[in-house]
Amino acid sequence: MSSVKSPCSQQQQPGFFDQNKDRQAWMGLLARASKTTLEQVWQDLSERPEYGMLRAPETGMVMVRARAGGEGGRFNLGEMTVTRCVVRTADGRMGQSYVAGRDHRHAELVALFDALLQNPERRDQLNRDLLEPVRAAIEEKRTQNTRKAAATKVDFFTMVRGED
Amino acid sequence: MYVAVKGGEKAIENAHRLLAEERRGDRQVPELTIAQIKSQMTLAVDRVMTEGSLYDRDLAALAIKQARGDLMEAIFLLRAFRTTLPRFAMSEPIDTTNMKARRRISSTYKDLPGGQMLGPTFDYTHRLLDFSLMDDGNETQAEQDQNADPDADLPRVTTILNHEGLIEQERPDDEDAPVVDLTREPLDFPAGRDARLQNLARGDEGFLLSMGYSTQRGYGITHPFAGEIRMGEVEVEIVPEDLGFPVVIGEITVTECEMINQFKGSATQPPQFTRGYGLTFGHGERKAMAMALVDRAMRAKELGEEVVAPAQDEEFVLYHSDNVEASGFVQHLKLPHYVDFQGELEMVRNLRKEQIEQQQMLKAGE
Amino acid sequence: METVHMDPSSVIPMTGFDDPVQGSQRVFRQVLDAMSHPGKIVRIQDLDDAPQPLNKSTAAICLSLVDFETPLWADSEIASNGEAMNYLRFHCGCPVTQDPMEARTALISDAAALTGFSRFSPGTDERPEMSTTLIVQVNALTQDGGLTLSGPGIETTRTLGVDGVSSAFWDAVRANNALFPRGVDLILSVDEHIVCLPRTTQVEG
Repeated sequence: MSSVKSPCSQQQQPGFFDQNKDRQAWMGLLARASKTTLEQVWQDLSERPEYGMLRAPETGMVMVRARAGGEGGRFNLGEMTVTRCVVRTADGRMGQSYVAGRDHRHAELVALFDALLQNPERRDQLNRDLLEPVRAAIEEKRTQNTRKAAATKVDFFTMVRGED
Repeated sequence: MYVAVKGGEKAIENAHRLLAEERRGDRQVPELTIAQIKSQMTLAVDRVMTEGSLYDRDLAALAIKQARGDLMEAIFLLRAFRTTLPRFAMSEPIDTTNMKARRRISSTYKDLPGGQMLGPTFDYTHRLLDFSLMDDGNETQAEQDQNADPDADLPRVTTILNHEGLIEQERPDDEDAPVVDLTREPLDFPAGRDARLQNLARGDEGFLLSMGYSTQRGYGITHPFAGEIRMGEVEVEIVPEDLGFPVVIGEITVTECEMINQFKGSATQPPQFTRGYGLTFGHGERKAMAMALVDRAMRAKELGEEVVAPAQDEEFVLYHSDNVEASGFVQHLKLPHYVDFQGELEMVRNLRKEQIEQQQMLKAGE
Repeated sequence: METVHMDPSSVIPMTGFDDPVQGSQRVFRQVLDAMSHPGKIVRIQDLDDAPQPLNKSTAAICLSLVDFETPLWADSEIASNGEAMNYLRFHCGCPVTQDPMEARTALISDAAALTGFSRFSPGTDERPEMSTTLIVQVNALTQDGGLTLSGPGIETTRTLGVDGVSSAFWDAVRANNALFPRGVDLILSVDEHIVCLPRTTQVEG
């Protein structure tokens, strides 16, 4: 897929149906970031943009689907809470979020960073100050869990009894 | 006839106050916090989320606190709350094969790839009360294996069995076909596997445990083995209409059980192993196992087995599995039935009178 | 990192309700009032603006009643308007279908061309609630018009005037009555007002 460099920021507004891999990746990371981290990075920004709510944070549900036998026909397992938000920054960018749980501020911050990350001039810095640490934190948690589980791995040995 | 009964307002209001005081308990003891329930009563939280059919640890903990620890009441509270929320999307099917497992065992293969990881289990405890927990200050830390690979594959046991073609295959359904949603449409018979699994996932653990147990004791026997049980985290991904591409919204903990059951074969199928499936929110191993047993039992008709036992009767199981419905119908008997009862009383009096008259007539005839 | 790819047709949508919860609840009450009093002109007054060619009342009803579980169909006059469709997708999160039979809500801007409802779902005898609700944008509604309405929700009769539909439309309404318990429900809309004609309402004149 060829990437198109946009000549002016006016055209940087995201489309509704952009199949954007990067955006997909950062939205997923931000949804799993801790609110404390997001708030801290937001407060530490040298220039925070003015913004308004296009859709104020709203809590609803997602029906979680699974497959019979893990790989067969689909069925509905149960719902989970999710909060979504859409902000519009002063430079005309629209940021969106879908975040598990009911924390409105969390969803607002994710939408804000989604808008900021669409600005190529901010992306490198945010990648360094926000996305990398978030990714590292998720990995760290995972590694910890794996290590604890691995310590409970059964080490079978066979006892030979009697004469052969 | 229906007679409105009024006059209980003051009594009800005071009963609410009394309930609130009882819930709080001894004021000399610090009040329980949601954070404490959430982090130390995790398995209660998991059960309430599964049967309340809403994954939200804070809400489940709140429900448990409000219900004074009555989990069925907490499940009812969560079910009621979920009706106030709009639904934004259906998730993509969660990928349990790539679960970041914290526990994973099989009773069919000793040396399965990825190994047997016991995880945080009660299984090998001696079920002796630990009096050290009477006091605070238990700070045991888990051991860690520094060489563990977080990206190691954990192939499904059923995939291993399939190399020999000895187990039935689960095949994905048509992606465009609708999936039954019992929160939106009534239960219809015969119920598809989608409706059955959703019903069982919401179903009461105690009920499913008993039904599963009954199959083991001979009421619709299915010769089960715990092929694989795994518990851990999976990502949840949705494709919102207003975004148009898939996005991960977070991670949830789930427990999965695959039962492998002997099957002698039928006119159309060779002898092979068949499967039953169980899945819960959080760590709900007993429920997942019971669910898998009952799922397999209810597949009797589909597999050409004779339906002889309650666990194989889908109407019996699916109509009685939900504890919110069951407790509602049982507990509605507490509502005023004064007029009904007056009617019954009148009828019993008349029957009694008729019987006495008949006996007297018979006597007179002799 | 890749640059964001642009979709030239998309623009930031017009805002919806000031307060989505209060707004949609109020509009729900207003539609309920109109639906339970067929033929009564009811004001739907919760949106300051709506993208062309949607009436404010049409847009407000969609924002209240349409969501991702209720597929929406729109006639070509509305469906060809990118701003209107983006607005509906954004605020309702609804799937847009090309098949009117699949639609739970259908939006019709070219009312004069609407001569029958057989393209839309009448529901089934078992599940009559699965039918399509049609929101038809007409030119004008008057309470003292030449039509006489009767049926559930109307004590004796009620009069109504509708400008902008063909005479075949009224034949279709009568044919729709005959399908009961199946049948579509109609919401006629002008700028800020609506009239409901549920499947049970008989229209003479």
